[in-house]
Amino acid sequence: MRKKSPGKVRLLQGNEAVVEGALAAGCRFFAGYPITPASEISEILSIRLPRIGGTFIQMEDEIASMGAVIGASLAGVKSMTATSGPGFSLMQENLGYACIAEVPCVVVNVMRGGPSTGLPTHPSQGDVMQARWGTHGDHPVIVLAVSSVKDCFDITVKAFNLSEAFRVPVIILSDEVVAHTRESFALPEALPVIDRPKPNMPPEWYIPYADNSRGVPPMAAFGEGYRYHVTGLIHDVRGFPTERADEIDPFMKRLFRKITQGFEEIILSDSYMTEDADVCVIAYGSVARSARRAVVEARAKGLKAGMLQLITLFPFPRHVVEEVLAGCRAVIVPEMNMGQISREVKRVNSTDCRVVKHNRIDGGLITPGEILGRILEIK
Amino acid sequence: MSGRRYEVRLSGSGGQGIIMAAILLAEGAAVYGGKQVAQTQSYGPEARGGASKAEVVISNEPIDYPKALVPDLLLAMNQASCDLYSKDIKREGIIIIDSTNVGQPPPGRTIAIPFTGIARREIGKEFAANMVALGAVSCLCPEVTEGAVEAALMARVPPGTRTLNLKAFKTGVKEARKIDTAKLRHRYHGEEAEV
Repeated sequence: MRKKSPGKVRLLQGNEAVVEGALAAGCRFFAGYPITPASEISEILSIRLPRIGGTFIQMEDEIASMGAVIGASLAGVKSMTATSGPGFSLMQENLGYACIAEVPCVVVNVMRGGPSTGLPTHPSQGDVMQARWGTHGDHPVIVLAVSSVKDCFDITVKAFNLSEAFRVPVIILSDEVVAHTRESFALPEALPVIDRPKPNMPPEWYIPYADNSRGVPPMAAFGEGYRYHVTGLIHDVRGFPTERADEIDPFMKRLFRKITQGFEEIILSDSYMTEDADVCVIAYGSVARSARRAVVEARAKGLKAGMLQLITLFPFPRHVVEEVLAGCRAVIVPEMNMGQISREVKRVNSTDCRVVKHNRIDGGLITPGEILGRILEIK
Repeated sequence: MSGRRYEVRLSGSGGQGIIMAAILLAEGAAVYGGKQVAQTQSYGPEARGGASKAEVVISNEPIDYPKALVPDLLLAMNQASCDLYSKDIKREGIIIIDSTNVGQPPPGRTIAIPFTGIARREIGKEFAANMVALGAVSCLCPEVTEGAVEAALMARVPPGTRTLNLKAFKTGVKEARKIDTAKLRHRYHGEEAEV
């Protein structure tokens, strides 16, 4: 086994960088079921976790995997699972449980072509709206999209931090290209790591779902002497089921408020040559890399092109998108689906800026040439 | 971001070790050569057979689009991959074919080395053909040194197979050194070229 020392340049795959990011963020529990193109995450964690006192379990399916992740997190351990489309569908029910019980956890979905078993070895971005709305009921959730090996590391750390800080499931959307691309990467020395808020009162004073200014109640780990009730039913501040409107409303409102209040911390994006751009590409995931190349090529032709890369997909980063829409004649939204984020862009567009879709669903990565073609059409 | 890219595409059938060869080339360039690299692959769901393609983009600057746009170097280990992946090669690029398996090579800047035949005769293991080919690619690719790829190979392959793999690699380097690239035709001609 090679040394895992920080600072040394290594050739890492996106999936390997997710593992390194998870371990750096303090993840010590993984339950999952292997699936292409996410299997390397399970495979490597099955070796690495036991060595550092963590736990790896291969479960019977993805339903149980998500259940185990929630259980481990309630016991105070940072937990994660990784899957692809078909497995992500199976995780949806328990994902909702994690939302309502406010259990921090990270779910990596390495997107492949769908629906159903679809195209196991080809990239896709078809699960964007599923990540936002896959589980039933009105609920807030955080969805982050990665585009490179460095992202896979940095954003996985960020995902754990946000999940812990807000007590909310965080979904990382990767895709087959990002997952399997190998790039040179040096592990950073130290990173800010956030742990969930803990109760500092004695157990008998602990009110597990009491509101506070952040809307994120402190979370006691099971086994530490704090007894409380956890349920998927809408519950009162003590965690017991309620049907009282005066308890339901503040509870649901708090779930949303904690995310909207945290907007500034949650929204991540990257701009490239947008300052003077009159045509912008809004992209995410592996397609953002094609978009960046297309912008370079468009600039070489003397066109004022730019790119906004969305890292946080949900909550939708409307303020950064609105800024681009206000400054451009047109934006192009290339996606490996029939138009999921382009709808969101159109939803927040209150200007005369044209929103042009570019969609590809044949299992191939959108090329820089395709995007450049769209930029040239706009003149 | 707009720095020069050198793009290598390795291709063959699934199970020939194409992706492993690409990883070693990328690791040589990145870890032992200090370059920026992006290594990608496309493959089918089957473990053996099917078309397998792996690409390595090498640059001195960060790489945006990770796949090959116009490859500078193509390795084709069988006829199907040669037919499928040689069309978008750079006009000044080179194609290296395994002449044991490729009977109909494209005309022009094509280098023919019988990798599988060499692996069978000189190494005694046909499956070492990918390492023979990697040796040749390392020699003919200006963006890596043979020493860097050899170091990557020694670090990654299991200890028990090091001698065999190293011998295969060095045989490939030796074969490639016999090639005089200056004698190759100047460029490939596209189908639209006027003659």
